[in-house]
Amino acid sequence: MYNFEMTRPSTIADAVKALKEEDAQALGGGQTLIPTLKQRLAMPSILVSLTAIGEMQGVCMSDAGEVCVGGATTHATVAREATAYPGLAAMAARIGDPAVRNRGTIGGSLANNDPSACYPAAALASGASIITNSREIAADDYFQGMFTTALEEGEVVTEVRFPVPEKSHYEKFVQPASRFALVGVMVAKYADGVRVAVTGASESGVFRWTEAEAALSANFTADALGDLSLDGDGMIADLHGSGAYRAHLVKVMTGRALKAAI
Amino acid sequence: MAQVSMTVNGKAVSGDVEGRTLLSEFLRIDLNLTGTHIGCDTSQCGACVVHVNGEAVKACTMFAAEADGADVGTIEGQANEDGTLNVIQQAFQDHHGLQCGFCTPGMVMSTASLLKENPKPSVQEIRTYLDGNICRCTGYHNIVKAIMAASGQDVSAIAAE
Ligand SMILES: Cc1cc2nc3c(=O)[nH]c(=O)nc-3n(C[C@H](O)[C@H](O)[C@H](O)COP(=O)(O)OP(=O)(O)OC[C@H]3O[C@@H](n4cnc5c(N)ncnc54)[C@H](O)[C@@H]3O)c2cc1C
Ligand code: FES
Ligand code: FES
Repeated sequence: MYNFEMTRPSTIADAVKALKEEDAQALGGGQTLIPTLKQRLAMPSILVSLTAIGEMQGVCMSDAGEVCVGGATTHATVAREATAYPGLAAMAARIGDPAVRNRGTIGGSLANNDPSACYPAAALASGASIITNSREIAADDYFQGMFTTALEEGEVVTEVRFPVPEKSHYEKFVQPASRFALVGVMVAKYADGVRVAVTGASESGVFRWTEAEAALSANFTADALGDLSLDGDGMIADLHGSGAYRAHLVKVMTGRALKAAI
Repeated sequence: MAQVSMTVNGKAVSGDVEGRTLLSEFLRIDLNLTGTHIGCDTSQCGACVVHVNGEAVKACTMFAAEADGADVGTIEGQANEDGTLNVIQQAFQDHHGLQCGFCTPGMVMSTASLLKENPKPSVQEIRTYLDGNICRCTGYHNIVKAIMAASGQDVSAIAAE
């Protein structure tokens, strides 16, 4: 690993200022960034740790009834404290392993936007708002393909707001070596319709399966998925599974998520 | 270089570290606490699990500077005050929960966290919790048995399998 300087600001304002330095980079829980640094795939001169910022920690309810999660909140805390949104808490409880959940943060996961990560599916299926130090971004506009987001250089995810669905479930087919999702599907039923978000499958990263959403909004039962299918073209194909396999898995996981949600 | 101070196994320690110094390096090289093992150095195996402010973390995937001011626990702090093995360690020995022993420090530290959260875990809960601890000797069966015994549960059913 190349060397760098570490700073641990205690306010968002100080972190944003520190991130203006040349080659400065944010450090969340480090569960993705530290392995990346070890491989010399990144070369920051300053790491700005966000985990000592009190105003970016914890879970609460907004006046509008949304579950609000501070940008530096760990997966373990969300699993424990997001009781108002059980589908979200259960998703967080299955990320990686306990040690990863004790360090990894929601902001780091969403900023990284790994095509197999769990949080992007939860945020997209919930129509969450991603709050940064400078603006609010709708989940529908935030995810822009594998490892790509709407975030600008030096922009910090300070909070994420999740509207709470009537029913929801995240179903994950675990890739046992990495503990990420081979395919993961989040189904969330709101008063104004059902949202279905899929991770681990598409070469364009997390996406909404709109045909399933339309069918389930009309009829929230397992029958509604009926003859729906997805095309294997454009799906990730690697040694763990072909595109056609992943396309098939999306439907199976959607069915299971649905069953658990009902 | 920056100075860090922390409590390790109840003792106040400090040292100078670079930004990139991992907690695992600080423990092993600066403090000579080599019980924290490095199996993969890529966050996969859990041999390096230690407790930071009471929570299990992979010491190879946290910087020493991030542990400044923290309360750190390692395998060296697990034994009883009189030097005898604690309940978990003793159960690992009694039930042959280790073969080469390389993964054992991480297994014991993860088990301590598990039993703090869930004093009487089921076999399935044990296996799920230890997802991030890999034993290259693949002695999982006896590890599970040791943890059942350490939590005061009947292991006769497991022995029969
Ligand atoms: C063994 C293992 C298993 C895992 N399994 C899963 C899994 O099943 N599902 C899953 O979803 N993930 C999994 N992960 C990834 C884990 O959830 C990471 O915690 C997460 O992807 C990154 O979060 P972090 O806080 O560790 O971020 P870091 O590693 O610190 O940072 C990642 C990136 O985000 C940036 N960043 C960090 N915080 C912010 C912020 N608040 N605002 C803007 N940018 C920021 C950093 O600059 C960096 O580019 C796993 C990781 C490991 C090591
Ligand atoms: S050495 Fe830290 S997880 Fe393997
Ligand atoms: S006992 Fe050898 S690695 Fe687990």
